[in-house]
Amino acid sequence: MITDVLTAVALYLAIQDFNKVVFKKQKFLIELDKYAPDVAELIQTPMEMHYIPLKVALFYLLNPYTVMSCVAKSTCAINNTVIAFFILATIKGSAFLSAVFLALATYQSLYPLTLFAPALLYLLQRQFIPIKLKSKSFWLYTMQYAALYLCSLVVIICLSFFLLNSWDFIPSVYGFILSVPDLTPNIGLFWYFFAEMFEHFSLFFICVFQINVFFYTIPLAIKLKEHPVFFMFVQIAIISIFKSYPTVGDIALYMAFLPVWSHLYRFLRNIFILSCVLVVCSLLFPVLWHLWIYAGSANSNFYYAITLTFNIGQILLISDYFYAFLRREYYLTHGLHLTRQDGTEAMLVLK
Amino acid sequence: MAAAAAALLLLLAAAGPGRAVPGRARRDALREELLLSPLPNGDVAAAFQFRTRWDADLPRGAVSHYRLFPKALGRLVAALGVQELHLALTQGFWRTRTWGQPPLQAPAGAELWVWFQPTVTDVDKAWKELSNILSGIFCASLNFIDSTNTVTPTASFKPLGLANGTDHHLLRYAVLPREVVCTENLTPWKKLLPCGSKAGLAVLLKAERLFHSSYHSQAVHIRPICRDASCLAVSWELRQTLTVVFDTFSSGQGKKDWSLFKMFSRTLTDACPLASQSKVYVDISPKNKEKELLEVTPAPASVYEAIVQGEKRTYAVYDLLSPSLFNTSRSLNVQLKWKRPKNHLAQPATPVSSPLARYVSGYGLQTGEISTLIYNTHPYRAFPVILLETVPWYLRLYVHTLTIITKGKENKPSYIHYQPAQDRRRPHLLEMLIQLPANSVTKITIQFERALLKWTEYTPDPNHGFYVSSSVLSALVPSVIAMKAVDVEQSPLFTSLFPSSDGSSYFVRLYTEPLLVNLPTPDFSMPYNVICLTCTVVAVCYGSFYNLLTRTFHVEEPSRGGLAKRLANIIRKFRGVPPL
Repeated sequence: MITDVLTAVALYLAIQDFNKVVFKKQKFLIELDKYAPDVAELIQTPMEMHYIPLKVALFYLLNPYTVMSCVAKSTCAINNTVIAFFILATIKGSAFLSAVFLALATYQSLYPLTLFAPALLYLLQRQFIPIKLKSKSFWLYTMQYAALYLCSLVVIICLSFFLLNSWDFIPSVYGFILSVPDLTPNIGLFWYFFAEMFEHFSLFFICVFQINVFFYTIPLAIKLKEHPVFFMFVQIAIISIFKSYPTVGDIALYMAFLPVWSHLYRFLRNIFILSCVLVVCSLLFPVLWHLWIYAGSANSNFYYAITLTFNIGQILLISDYFYAFLRREYYLTHGLHLTRQDGTEAMLVLK
Repeated sequence: MAAAAAALLLLLAAAGPGRAVPGRARRDALREELLLSPLPNGDVAAAFQFRTRWDADLPRGAVSHYRLFPKALGRLVAALGVQELHLALTQGFWRTRTWGQPPLQAPAGAELWVWFQPTVTDVDKAWKELSNILSGIFCASLNFIDSTNTVTPTASFKPLGLANGTDHHLLRYAVLPREVVCTENLTPWKKLLPCGSKAGLAVLLKAERLFHSSYHSQAVHIRPICRDASCLAVSWELRQTLTVVFDTFSSGQGKKDWSLFKMFSRTLTDACPLASQSKVYVDISPKNKEKELLEVTPAPASVYEAIVQGEKRTYAVYDLLSPSLFNTSRSLNVQLKWKRPKNHLAQPATPVSSPLARYVSGYGLQTGEISTLIYNTHPYRAFPVILLETVPWYLRLYVHTLTIITKGKENKPSYIHYQPAQDRRRPHLLEMLIQLPANSVTKITIQFERALLKWTEYTPDPNHGFYVSSSVLSALVPSVIAMKAVDVEQSPLFTSLFPSSDGSSYFVRLYTEPLLVNLPTPDFSMPYNVICLTCTVVAVCYGSFYNLLTRTFHVEEPSRGGLAKRLANIIRKFRGVPPL
């Protein structure tokens, strides 16, 4: 519970700082006339952004998922705290602390490794270093940050080695995360897939599933290099959906960020149905589990179906927010009222 | 040259009389014995023991001529460096509550435990080879013994024969509780006997009668023993035991009287010519206080009294090698008739309290609890017992929930050895030395969680459940009556299987019931569907992200209109409505 409170406090401070950064950037871009003239209603004002940090902290603390993982005494709360401190350190601009916390988060479960890219992008942005592949200062800073990160990771692993006097913990911890030997049902997609997998293809599909978590990083970095905090949000969401043993505590962490993007509400297409899907699936999970394991009147397919639906709901939620974000960016630079060449009102499509 | 000639002469001289003198033939000896005991509830137990003792040095590989000792087992012991081998195939469970104490109990299924010689370097490799070879010899599925059901107990299975030191890393123990015993296993077992099933006591071993029983256990025990009292040389002993319990009376199919012919549909006609001793013992000790008189026909030549398992017992002895036995009739059909006083109603047998019970409790397919109950019925003596539990890896034990309660208070074991399981590699091993107070019940409980396995790891009938092998309880039970130390060569075989250290206690090894536990099962008809659906979900994510990452927003250009739109416009022009 203490870790949950720490997480909430860290997120509060981080989002407070982030808001200041957003204002500065917005002001800068308005002064540079980068925005279209009729987007006044899209610009974020201090009034509406005043309560966002508080909302973020409350979203995390009062989220039923957080309460559930606190009651279950899950170590996911500690994971969330470390990631929250990492976000705070990144937004405050301290590269050293950010690298240390990222190393700690990677040490616990392997997947926060992908958060290296958004953190790097944010720190580069903060140092006003342009992201060009030929720029010397870009590579210098990247190397510095990478070196900090790798050194702290190596230090932590060596500490573990000295604590245990053998390297056995590496296959037991990271080998376990990567090779998914334990098939206890959880809210993710892996367990039933590997329970029903033909032995011949088991290794192939394990590799496919693990690569699936990591390979969205580079394309997202290319697309979202101007908006690293949104990139971080999407990355955390992808980790918590596709990691090998997801828990509801991981979902609670990325859901805490949703108030930050509340200005995207008018562009979200399916928010009502997706929130219904998520709520209904969360309610059906324990029911169908009980029916399968205790009552014996359902079988594993029922629980698996809810797993599928819940994950689809989460995936569509994230892609909906992504779509809304990109659309707002387009409107900001091209204006809200779009006209076609002949003057009639236009529609916006992705092509 | 002269020395060589002298040596050759000496060899011939030694070989010459050697062929005629039976001294060389005395290097191995066979004793066979049948023990018939009526059980308290009217059933009868028959225990066959065939003991071949061979004064040879098997591990050195210096033997090439096998006579009574079966070559298959001899070569096995020599090649794999086996010091002791015990294999038991059992069908059924010894019901101590109605049958009393078992003479030699074995767990349901197949049990194999082996001590290897200290010279063996790779014990696991030797164990794998040994289980495969035995699987071939006995036509049993012992090749399923692998690291997931093999354990290395530290305290429970001490060597029963001579041993130089007991490094428990040389011991391996495995049980296959699902193994079924049938005629296919009996036939190779009978083939190992020197006389086969042609002469001697083995003629009674007819499969159709033996498997029509409540309990059938056949075992092979190989161990090194002292050659004589001075113990300067080592002999090898092979014991083949077969215990069967016929339940014609308690199942209501027959009367309480029994005879060899009724049980085995054969009678004994002669002893095995290769045997040096061939006897039949019938337990005629008075079982209960009521005056039930037993009459054994034909009248026994002698009566033997012994203290077995702490009780004084009387046996009627029939010596098949004595010439007077077959004087009156060509065959020996031992019959037992019960004579009851006239006004005596049939009394049910007083139940003997079972010293051991084990069960699974809990509901649902997620968690459960294994409870073991141990009863100490001795009125005033407390004694320690060693309990060995082997639980398969897919029942994840929570050792922090292990509780031992005696008479309402917690009982802390003086020695615990716990080896946690590794998924798909080795099972749980829990060994405890527990002190049992006099006249008490001890309850040991431990909770577990059930794992979901891959669909190929389930047996073809997954809803039957998974077997948890029996727990083993080894104890030196203090005996109420003082016992004399037995001389192995002179006393009956059934008294000399377990080496006794002193006369005040006897060694007993008891087994619990095997447990049947259900695991949650995935749907076995679904592998293709699951792969498709899960990959669809992943593809939904990939597709949405691909669209958002590689495409940009554009203002929509008006399209010329497809064929449907043009047709609709034509119809609208006819109706007089503005076009689309």
